[in-house]
Amino acid sequence: MSTQGAPASTVLPERLTAFVRALRGHGIRVGPAETVDAAAVLEVLGLADRERIREGLAAALLRADRQRAVFDATFDLYFPLGMGELAATRAAPAADVTELRDRLAEALAANDATALTQLAGEAVDMLGAYGSAGSGTGGWSAHQTLDRLRPQTLLARILAAGRGGGTGGGGGAGPGDFTERLEADEIRRRIEDYRGRVGGEARRRVAERRGTDEIARRAIAPSADQIDFLVANREQLAELRRTLQPLARKLATRLAARRRRAARGQIDIRRTLRRSLSTGGVPLRPAYRRHRPARPEIVLLCDVSGSVAGFANFTMLLVQAMRDQFSRVRVYAFVNRVDEVTHLITTGAADPAALGQRIATEAAVSGWHGSSDYGSALGEFAECHLDAVGPRTSVLVLGDARTNGFDPNVPALRRIAARARRVHWLNPEGPAYWSTGDSAAHDYAEVVDMHACRNARRLGELVTRLLPV
Amino acid sequence: MAEQGDRPRGDATGFFSSVDDVLERLAEAGYLASTAVATTVFLADRLGKPLLVEGPAGVGKTELAKAVARVGGARLVRLQCYEGIDESRALYEWNHAKQLLRITAGRDETWDETRTDIFSDEFLLTRPLLTAIRGDEPTVLLIDETDKADVEVEGLLLEVLSDFQVTVPELGTITATQRPFTVLTSNATRELSEALRRRCLFLHLDFPDAELEQRIVRLKVPGLDAVLADSLVRVIGALRAMDLRKAPSVAETIDWARTLLALGADTLDESVVRTSLGVVLKHQDDIAKAAQGLTLV
Repeated sequence: MSTQGAPASTVLPERLTAFVRALRGHGIRVGPAETVDAAAVLEVLGLADRERIREGLAAALLRADRQRAVFDATFDLYFPLGMGELAATRAAPAADVTELRDRLAEALAANDATALTQLAGEAVDMLGAYGSAGSGTGGWSAHQTLDRLRPQTLLARILAAGRGGGTGGGGGAGPGDFTERLEADEIRRRIEDYRGRVGGEARRRVAERRGTDEIARRAIAPSADQIDFLVANREQLAELRRTLQPLARKLATRLAARRRRAARGQIDIRRTLRRSLSTGGVPLRPAYRRHRPARPEIVLLCDVSGSVAGFANFTMLLVQAMRDQFSRVRVYAFVNRVDEVTHLITTGAADPAALGQRIATEAAVSGWHGSSDYGSALGEFAECHLDAVGPRTSVLVLGDARTNGFDPNVPALRRIAARARRVHWLNPEGPAYWSTGDSAAHDYAEVVDMHACRNARRLGELVTRLLPV
Repeated sequence: MAEQGDRPRGDATGFFSSVDDVLERLAEAGYLASTAVATTVFLADRLGKPLLVEGPAGVGKTELAKAVARVGGARLVRLQCYEGIDESRALYEWNHAKQLLRITAGRDETWDETRTDIFSDEFLLTRPLLTAIRGDEPTVLLIDETDKADVEVEGLLLEVLSDFQVTVPELGTITATQRPFTVLTSNATRELSEALRRRCLFLHLDFPDAELEQRIVRLKVPGLDAVLADSLVRVIGALRAMDLRKAPSVAETIDWARTLLALGADTLDESVVRTSLGVVLKHQDDIAKAAQGLTLV
């Protein structure tokens, strides 16, 4: 904590409030009461141990585990390990890339956390600088560093060294060949971790030059449930997928709780009056109406064309994971033709990407061309599959309502809506984009309820609120 | 204990004097804590705030509260939450049967005498929350599986946890003389309300890192060979990275270690893993997936 010099009493509260502001900017709700708690934490813990301060502040400021990644990245910016180049513990820093790679391989094999942090600093220092240091345009790039260092190529070398040398360091002294199989994965995880360290280090260095607040706002990735479905890249989708099971469980519990609440409370007048006869007409023991345990049926109608496939696949798997909450789930996919894909979705293989592939190859979702056509798809559904929809069915339509200039065929949607209990349309685009370009969102919104659903958190809210109990 | 440390605050429970003290003494009581756990426990102790522990099943949430009670020489008061728990189970209840007996016993008394008498301490059945607040000795209050309780109970907890006082209309407000060290646990099946979270320090208890887990295994299963413990923990680590329906937690690791000890296995090879995988994984498709991932034939 070299940042706190003599005037700590004035610097620290400022730093803390700036830190809290940055957290708020990332959607973590931190009130003044929490900030006061955090200050009390700093007072009690002192400033001697950075990791303890990190944990202490997390305890005071965070309210859920999903906020932790954002918190850690922000913490590294506001309470950095040091300023400028970190004081080297080794006598001499590496002379060139080859030596750096050698030492990195060593540290990865031994899983030495301090050395890895140190090497991340050196790597950014040596390989990451771009622009001229004097002008305002220069900085450090994690991407450039990793591109030149290529830590992923060290894997084979580390494995070979571990086998050749017998006892490597990380516990290679082996009970046969069984644990060796795990080695590759372990090293891969360590390399991934190292990439994170390099990213954090580059952010820290840039923040020193450009101002912490700006970097905190722009350079920290949002937490998984706030990633926009439409712009998510592959890693983010993978991250999102990991949140699927817990989310499904949470939503199922909420639905079950709503169902329980709905089940009590309705008084059966006839039975209450009859009971009251035995107490002289005074209704001492009210009788409640019994519920038939009828669970709703769900029909999903999903646009699986390229632009919104990530959103559709995630939602399909989510609903499928919650299927014990419904008496029946049927899933239809379309691009410009409709086909039932219920049998293709199994919870065992919860991988949206593979699911998209299977749907594309095993179901007839497109006809002559590959672009989505809501009009003909809705028309075909209303024509051929309408018997899947009954008075107990809730229909969820998933898609961006971009018709590629074809006829939106609103009457077909109206026919579906007339037959179903409720129809909801979940649109991954924000309302600002509705009916811009080829979007027919407002035409459809006149017939059914349309909800903007841009990230997993919003999807969770909508699923619990919209589905009937 | 309260006199130790640099600045004991008014509402501190005062079990510990520093973070290192927490680490050391919890370890003596058989609970190996990570930095996060030790720091947060120390803060909860020093700031006198309740501690909300969330995390997957079997990582030692309840065990933490028990360990703190053991270390602090405190009595442990436990409130197990379940669906439909209410005020009369959590806070207090009047002993109606005894009150009726009292009324019938004193036939010739005036009503005023009877009334003041039947609403006295003798007829009060204290439930965990009130018990924890009323005692004079140091207390650890464990509110287990808070997420299982209904939302209404959370409202009840708010008064208790923010001021550590309970109002009984007939007796007045009872305030804690000795603030209990409070631990709430939750499996996060339901989001707890923001108001309740705000009154607590938050600790997410996750799977421990490899080094700590190894120490835990060695502590809990002393007979196990060091090399075997090492490879055991590595296999568990690989299983956790595998995206299963139910990742194995610390409890399962210990179970597995005990199983291996009982089987007399001295190395972890394919056949041993294949036969005993059911101890660690509880779903058939998880077992199939793990067997594939570990390339067991």
